[in-house]
Amino acid sequence: MIPFLAWLLLLAPLLSAAAIHLYFRKNQTLSSLISTGSAALGFVSALILLPMDTGSVRFDWITIPGWNSQIQIGLELDKLAKGMMLVVTGVGVLVHIFSLAYMEKDESKARYFCGLSLFMFSMTGIVLATNFIMMFIFWELVGLSSYLLIGHWFQKDSAADAAKKAFLTNRIGDFGFMIGILMLWGIAGTFDFAGLAPGLAENTHSATLLGIAVLCIFAGAIGKSAQAPLHVWLPDAMEGPTPVSALIHAATMVAAGVYMMARLFISLTPDFAELATLLPTFSYTTIAWVGGITALLAALMATQQDDIKKVLAYSTLSQLGYMVMAVGLLKPEAGMFHLFTHAWFKALLFLGSGAVIYACHHQQNIWKMGGLRKTMPITTITFLIGTAALAGFPIITAGFWSKEQVLEAAFYGNNMPLFIIATAVACLTTFYMLRLFFVAFLGKHRSDDAKNSKEVGPLMKIPLIILAVLAVIAGFKPIAETIAPLFEYHEINLRSPALWASIGSILVGAAAAALLYLRSDKDPLENNPVAKLFRNKFYIDEGYAKVVKFGQDAVAAFIHFFDELFIGGLFAGGLARSASGVGKLFTRLQSGNLHGYSLIFGVGVLLLIYLTVFAS
Amino acid sequence: MSLIFVILPLLAALSILFNYNPQKVARGTAAVTLFFALGSVFCWDASVWGLSFEMLSKPSIHLALDFYDGMSVVMVILTALVLFAATWSGKCPEQNQRLWYSSILLIGAGAFGAFLATDIFFFYAFHELALIPTFLMIGNLGTGQRKEAAWKITIYLAFGSIILLGGLIALVVASGSENWLFSELFKADIPAESQKWIALLLILGFGILVSLFPFHTWAAPAYSCAPAPVAMLHAGVLKKFGLYGLFRLYPMVPEGMQAWVGWIIVLLLGNILWVGFVTINQRRLDSMLGNSSVMHMGYIFLAFAALVSSGGLEANPLAQPAAIVLMFAHGVTIALLFMLTDIIRRKTGTVELSELGGLAKAAPNLAFLFGLAGMASIGLPGLANFAGEVMVFLAGFHGFDGQNFSAIQIATILALWGVVISAVYMLRAFRKTFQGPAVENTSSEKVKDLGKFCQIPAAILAISLLVVGLYPKSLLSLINKDTSAPKAAQSEN
Repeated sequence: MIPFLAWLLLLAPLLSAAAIHLYFRKNQTLSSLISTGSAALGFVSALILLPMDTGSVRFDWITIPGWNSQIQIGLELDKLAKGMMLVVTGVGVLVHIFSLAYMEKDESKARYFCGLSLFMFSMTGIVLATNFIMMFIFWELVGLSSYLLIGHWFQKDSAADAAKKAFLTNRIGDFGFMIGILMLWGIAGTFDFAGLAPGLAENTHSATLLGIAVLCIFAGAIGKSAQAPLHVWLPDAMEGPTPVSALIHAATMVAAGVYMMARLFISLTPDFAELATLLPTFSYTTIAWVGGITALLAALMATQQDDIKKVLAYSTLSQLGYMVMAVGLLKPEAGMFHLFTHAWFKALLFLGSGAVIYACHHQQNIWKMGGLRKTMPITTITFLIGTAALAGFPIITAGFWSKEQVLEAAFYGNNMPLFIIATAVACLTTFYMLRLFFVAFLGKHRSDDAKNSKEVGPLMKIPLIILAVLAVIAGFKPIAETIAPLFEYHEINLRSPALWASIGSILVGAAAAALLYLRSDKDPLENNPVAKLFRNKFYIDEGYAKVVKFGQDAVAAFIHFFDELFIGGLFAGGLARSASGVGKLFTRLQSGNLHGYSLIFGVGVLLLIYLTVFAS
Repeated sequence: MSLIFVILPLLAALSILFNYNPQKVARGTAAVTLFFALGSVFCWDASVWGLSFEMLSKPSIHLALDFYDGMSVVMVILTALVLFAATWSGKCPEQNQRLWYSSILLIGAGAFGAFLATDIFFFYAFHELALIPTFLMIGNLGTGQRKEAAWKITIYLAFGSIILLGGLIALVVASGSENWLFSELFKADIPAESQKWIALLLILGFGILVSLFPFHTWAAPAYSCAPAPVAMLHAGVLKKFGLYGLFRLYPMVPEGMQAWVGWIIVLLLGNILWVGFVTINQRRLDSMLGNSSVMHMGYIFLAFAALVSSGGLEANPLAQPAAIVLMFAHGVTIALLFMLTDIIRRKTGTVELSELGGLAKAAPNLAFLFGLAGMASIGLPGLANFAGEVMVFLAGFHGFDGQNFSAIQIATILALWGVVISAVYMLRAFRKTFQGPAVENTSSEKVKDLGKFCQIPAAILAISLLVVGLYPKSLLSLINKDTSAPKAAQSEN
């Protein structure tokens, strides 16, 4: 029963994707229903498996006689995996339902749902992976589904470019990831998560090399979870349909990096306190700082975005930075808890923005919205709940509980600079989210699109309401203890400076946002040079474009030139010339190149016969 | 029995000269050989396949054919698959049908013979047999600057063959064996000093045939100008002969190879990184593919270098299976890509990337298949190439002690960057050709999607990529059976 359910969880979406591609492409409606059905099936299986006492199943994928390792495909069903599965399938099924309405008129609906199913399959594979190679396999496959879905409207240049950028940026991360896997295999002698701790204990290894291996593996997380300096693909990925952004580029896939690091740490030792002795300091401190810097940079960029999805995209980057920081502070449970709550409220915000975009005829500029609270009351309320949760409004939102744990991790981890950064990020988060809310939902209609907007239908409304409920309750102890992948309860300590710093920063952020944006029709910071820097994302994308242009394309052109001139021309040309002399001799007798060749061949055979018959 | 793989295409080629319908004969023959090749999976180790007929008594040369081990079986299946696709997909000029199909059949016969030969003379001679029609086809029925390209490939490969021939003769002489059969030769114990120079000749000879850096510049122009079936057969199958030969003859000169392993590593990195950058700069779909196929040879050489530097099949059990899987995967992938590129050329009249765009809208099936093959070639998991590549990387790290990197491990890490390079050029090409807004003249509504008929060979190649990719054991079970104990040795015991 248990293995059956687990295989169903993994394979139902794959079968759905294959069936849609092979048989039902013409029937758009049936395709969408098959895909949604497979997601629902996955959710039900995940729900049934959750309370069960489960182990893992595995079978050999690649074995070689004489090779003392093997590559397996298996299904890990521990608490971490099962909790994560619930998040993936839960958000997944809601996004499928939302998409039924959102993508209703799309002419390639079947292709879209095929992509969604492929994604659900790949993501399930990551979560249930029993070893690093299997995780890498599905890691690349989520990359593929993300590529396909970002590029869903591939006739648009911007969408096609964004898809390519996402794939290539992730490949750079995966380059490090594969090196890390290979090194860790050399060090521990296994790919299997379960064998990692015993493997490390048995084999002598250099701690520095282990640290480097962990950092290489972390490079995979930098790519997938869009951490600096590989964060540039995620904002561009908003070219995909909005429900995709909610599912893949907010709630689940981009969090896979955090999940993978948590999986690595929990495999190294179940007692996270031991990590500090097991790993060299430079490795985890680097991770924490990458997270902290990403959180801060992205939050600053988010304050000046005018596209509703871009604001949310940068906020996702920033929140992922929080999670990665917690992992680097050796509190993966805090990072995973934030991943868990974030999944619900960020999916809510993205689907909310999807509803807004849908109602405003694909208008995405918040300055062309305004007054949506009058036309779209349910969307407004749910969006407000999401905003409050993301800002970490005390006690009654899920975001508060998880963010508190992240801040505590920095504070009690005695990392003051990171704590200050984390607090500043909390303040900025409140600021940019309220800016978005004030401008888009309050005030008066600033365009006809906004004026003519109507509340969305039930297929879109119901997922919003469910997610809004979860955005509130998911942080509460009884719920988090039952379904969160990794959770450790922290009492609220009223004397904790971390608590007051976070509440203070929320207040400051809210006050600033209210002061600047509650009544504006255009951005008062428009001409501010610092704000301009934020709006232009610190010119990082432009810098990378230069790197690609000069570091890669110009080098490629130079090497190509050199290749043709010297290697093809002079070096090998000399070789060709001397042979063509012989060839020309025969061209005189008969035309054609073949004769030159057959001469050489003939001489060769004669030589061979001479040497073997007469010389021996 | 294994003679049918050779004799059938030869007879078919002959019958074409006697005015039978060339297309029907060629397609029928390819289908039959594919049937036998797939059938052989289940019974290749039966004794019925063996054939040995003494052609010359002094020196003793046999026309000896057999499935020597799993590697031969995989290569024969690869040949049959690509031969099938090459005969079933191409469109040839009406007046040249006879030359066209008889050449394809001759190439097929030569390739089958080379992979099945268990006598070193025929091992060499069959490969030569396949090369001659290859040059002829490029020179006579190619496109673009075909004469120049044909001349270049002829010079290079003839030169490579001559060096190889020297190496093979030296090998036979040094072994002191009375006949030229593998089974006899492999018993020989060659002194280290002779091994060294024999190995050098083999590396150079086979290397030139496989477009080892810096002897690679013949490949891309030849594939660009060649008729599609020839590009498919040479890049997909015939070129693998060099690698097949290196792995096949390695056990005779292990110490000799060891002496050159540093050079092999440097040159294979030249294939992966240098040619990788050359590929990024290509502006045409066909020359991009031609260069990419040169680049990917580097990964198979990496497996070979891993084998050599570990010191043998027992020391590194991963390397040879890894190379075999990757040879198969690459052969199928590149054949599919050349085939689809030819279809694009026929439909739009161009393969210049700047003149293409947005084809996916008008031709979704073509886009899907090209995307699948492209993704396979850049090592996407789930497709055969990934299984091969990951095994190659593991082979490179086999024996890593967790403390110090050796040369092969550093080479593996550098080679991994090639995975990024491949993704860059392949996704750029896909983006230019299939995505974005449609371009006037080339991808307007007039372009039709892949016809039903072309879908059959394409689907067969795509399915084989998926089967091996999802279930690598399908190939590994053939290879695993005997990489340690070849069939000839078994029968003697």
